[in-house]
Amino acid sequence: MMEKEILAPKTVGDALALNVPLEEERELHIMNFGPTHPATHGIFQNILTMDGEKIVSSEQTVGYIHRAFEKIAERRPFYQITTLTDRMNYCSSPINNFGWHMTVEKLLGITVPKRAEYIRVIMMELARITDHLICNSILGVDTGAYSGFLYVMQEREKVYEIYEEVCGARLTTNMGRIGGMERDLSPTAIKKIKDFVNNSMPKVMKEFEDLFVRNRIFRDRTINVGPIKVERAMEYGFTGPNLRAAGVDYDIRVIEPYSSYQDFDFEVPVGHNGDTFDRFMVRNAEIWESLKIIKQAIDNLPGGPYYANENHYYLPPKKDVYSKMEALIYHFKIVMGEIDAPAGEIYHAVEGGNGELGFYLISDGGRTPYRLHFRRPGFIYYQAFPEMIEGLTVSDIVPIMSSLNVIAGELDA
Amino acid sequence: MIQNQEIVEDLVGHFGEKVFAFEEPYGLLSFSVSPADIIEIVTYLRDHKLFKFNFLTDITGVQFPENKGLEFCAVYHLHSWKNRVRLRIKAFMPAEKPEVPTLTGMFAGANWMERETFDFYGINFLGHPNMKRILNIEEMDYHPMRKEYPLEDATRNDKIDALFGR
Repeated sequence: MMEKEILAPKTVGDALALNVPLEEERELHIMNFGPTHPATHGIFQNILTMDGEKIVSSEQTVGYIHRAFEKIAERRPFYQITTLTDRMNYCSSPINNFGWHMTVEKLLGITVPKRAEYIRVIMMELARITDHLICNSILGVDTGAYSGFLYVMQEREKVYEIYEEVCGARLTTNMGRIGGMERDLSPTAIKKIKDFVNNSMPKVMKEFEDLFVRNRIFRDRTINVGPIKVERAMEYGFTGPNLRAAGVDYDIRVIEPYSSYQDFDFEVPVGHNGDTFDRFMVRNAEIWESLKIIKQAIDNLPGGPYYANENHYYLPPKKDVYSKMEALIYHFKIVMGEIDAPAGEIYHAVEGGNGELGFYLISDGGRTPYRLHFRRPGFIYYQAFPEMIEGLTVSDIVPIMSSLNVIAGELDA
Repeated sequence: MIQNQEIVEDLVGHFGEKVFAFEEPYGLLSFSVSPADIIEIVTYLRDHKLFKFNFLTDITGVQFPENKGLEFCAVYHLHSWKNRVRLRIKAFMPAEKPEVPTLTGMFAGANWMERETFDFYGINFLGHPNMKRILNIEEMDYHPMRKEYPLEDATRNDKIDALFGR
């Protein structure tokens, strides 16, 4: 392949017109951005070749927190893999958890009751809100506005309190079970969710948008910074908000509805430039849509059981384990990973915080997956980063990186 | 809405013996091709005026040590956004020569997916612009996802699989 030609003017006039120094005066230098730089928000190394403050080319090194999840998964019973999925995109772990549960349910042929599906939708949309909230507020921090970030942290805390109410954990949630939820929504949880979607979040979100959307500094720092054309984005395998910011209304929740998403009325927001500002706006709009979905789900929450009656796969309630023999037997068999799954090959995708989160699972009829591959959206679209930052300055690459919402845990799996 | 049957008929009509082993596990059409034909078939599916498999969702590898002669497999997931149909293509390769042409010329996103597959399984993507490891360190001298490397320490004898139902 031909080396990319570095712009090298020969005359002073050219140099002035292009705003670059003469070739003989040029001195390229190499700068390491990361791996443990606070502005990368994760462990990434970017080796930047720079001409003054302009980036000529860059090389990305990833894998600093590679934990071999796909290998570990080959030795674990299905329910134990949920904890691995937590640690991929840890800003929205419930989506990963339920995505994995739905994959296994598809393999086992389990139909989950409506109530469990609605609870899942509520939790997944809350997770999407926190994911986008963190991404957008950190983008604010990277452009010099710290207060928005601190302000919305309070709302994320409320979501984490809801998580605690539903599953007991906050960040790495391990929420739900194969076959449903591990417990029903408690009255406190319902109260907290209702308060969150009806009172606190819309108010804070409105204020957050007012802080940024028409802010002169913010607009100058983000509009037309790091745009990507829609064709290029599709070639690079973009999905999720980053692709929608470029103008494609591709959303797994709509094209392949899972977990009763077809019951809800919501819109898929799109941008048209695919720049940092559009990505910010699309995420903001998605937060509003998520609130809409949660409102509908919590108001129309169906009654009935919150888990499928599948003794072989659904961990029985603790109360029964202590009092009923069958429950004790199934509990033992499931916990010790003694239950065989049918053989099969599955690809299941959910709309994660960053895009299409896919699970490719091959089961050979044993107790553990024969092969499990995670399609992590962040890993795939981060490849476009060198192309997006070429020719820009260091101060631009920080907002671009945070607007892409690359999360080291998801990228490195 | 395109039915899987239509795709099968079209592919068999156009490629004949080159496409084989059609399956439909859980509704997702899946078939095999020989590694040499992968570019031709993916190009055909992408440019097909009806099917339009425009999006490369995923590339990954699988190893089947028992499948003598064709131990390695590169798995491609394609997606037609217009028709909302997914497709899985497999290319099996022998262990002595796990080589398949790269798709980086058609999909820029194939770059890292192929590097990851190379890293994990040692499948060599011919013509790839930068065929080196991505998640593991460069100095590593084996491909960790291969089945010959069991996860747990082989020298330990206090963990008997049978006792743990594995």
